[in-house]
Amino acid sequence: MNSLRLFFVGGLISYRALFGWLSPWILIPTFLFAPLFQIFLFVYIGRTAGVSDDRFFLIGNAVVNAAVPCLFAMGNTIGGERNAGTLPLLIASPAKRVPLFLGRALPVILNGFLVAVFALVVGALLLRVDLPPATWGGIAVAIAACSISCTGLGLLGAAVALRVRETAVMSNIVLGTLIVFAGVNVPVGAMPGWMQGVAQWLPMTHGIHATHDLAAGRSLGSVSGALLTELLLGAFYATLGLALLRWLEWESRARATLDTA
Amino acid sequence: MLRLVGVAWWLQVKMRSRSAFDGLLSLLWPGFFATTIFMMFRQGDASGPALLSAAVGSSAMGIWSAVSTTSAFALQMERRQGTLELLVLAPQPFALLLVPLTLSMATIGAYSMVATLLWGRIAFGIEISIADPVAFVLAVVVTVFAIGMLGMLIAISSIRYRSAWAVGSALEMPVWLICGFLVAINDLPAWVRPLSAVLAPTWGVAAMRSAATGHSPWANLGWCLLTAASYGVIAVLVSRWMVHSARANATLALS
Repeated sequence: MNSLRLFFVGGLISYRALFGWLSPWILIPTFLFAPLFQIFLFVYIGRTAGVSDDRFFLIGNAVVNAAVPCLFAMGNTIGGERNAGTLPLLIASPAKRVPLFLGRALPVILNGFLVAVFALVVGALLLRVDLPPATWGGIAVAIAACSISCTGLGLLGAAVALRVRETAVMSNIVLGTLIVFAGVNVPVGAMPGWMQGVAQWLPMTHGIHATHDLAAGRSLGSVSGALLTELLLGAFYATLGLALLRWLEWESRARATLDTA
Repeated sequence: MLRLVGVAWWLQVKMRSRSAFDGLLSLLWPGFFATTIFMMFRQGDASGPALLSAAVGSSAMGIWSAVSTTSAFALQMERRQGTLELLVLAPQPFALLLVPLTLSMATIGAYSMVATLLWGRIAFGIEISIADPVAFVLAVVVTVFAIGMLGMLIAISSIRYRSAWAVGSALEMPVWLICGFLVAINDLPAWVRPLSAVLAPTWGVAAMRSAATGHSPWANLGWCLLTAASYGVIAVLVSRWMVHSARANATLALS
């Protein structure tokens, strides 16, 4: 019961306390305005370069924007505590670490999902891209899978934040890597072999590919393999993140470096 | 005045070069976009002038990247460091004191421009043959100055807002798009074009592209300088109003 309370109530309080993004001054430009302009930018570049169609860039850039809250908010899970001076209290608390950090991931997953859905819906309306209503359910499932897997990667970022002070810079670098490698603007099949190899191990790659297939009219069942891979990758990164958190937490205590990263 | 700008610019460049992590991001962030864009143009079988034009536009993106978010956040940082009051009290126009601040950001962005051009040459084999190298370098210098001035206007306009960094960050891609860094202005909707025309980077990037492809860059450079100068005039007026308001309401440190 205590773990459940920690998971749900602790996660929500942490989300509300640590992320000033709930302010409209941040929420609107970061989650509504920027994703739309990323879509427009790449749609127009795609037209100039003479590649793909608007729908390809709309889907890739809308879905990858789920990564913004997933990566930055999870990085803030540690970085924000440090800035607020509450990191030692968090680490000293007897709370179980798995519900503590996974609970913090839950609102972030929802946030990422909503950002991507907003970008996709409004982007489709403004660009007059047709996404048949029959595909909406499947696309929502694919976006949810991407948000979950990216939050797993974000949890790994949160662990690294015990050693790195500039969590926003780190999250930007990870986001940029996803934009290049995850098939957002260039199909993975059109990339050099080594890039395809990297892409297979990144969150978003399989989810974006599945979203393209679903938008093209394929059934949810036919992309279940890709979505499962996406979720497994998320679980892999989340497990790695929790293990790294445990180890770095221990090392921070041993070396007294918790607040000096 | 020139000494003030020169010394403060150099001091700011040194301060901004201290963080290896920030320096890495200023190279990598526009590099990610440039890489994607090079791959897209390569996928579209672009070659020759089209690829060179894309390389020039991509390389200039880094200059704006280095300015957009940081300039919006610049005065908030001064406030946090407790130096905003000193800047306001200095016996020089407040707007003038911000010129070296944002100019240093654009200068750091110029590093990423060089890095992106080298990246395009080495990783993608893009032939960087600049038709008029002297005019190109001049166009880069003027563009850096103009983007610095635009950054100054953003910095002053956002002095009252604690979350200005988010607005600055959200301006990054719109400016890349509507200033024709990679997309011809004529390909954008007609209602966007007047907006492009009042933004100095539009003219700066057009001048760079003209110099690179052997066309005359001078008219574009003239417009770039004119728009940049107009930002200076607006910034002086806005700063007087903002500073007066902050003094009158005692909100300089509290915004």
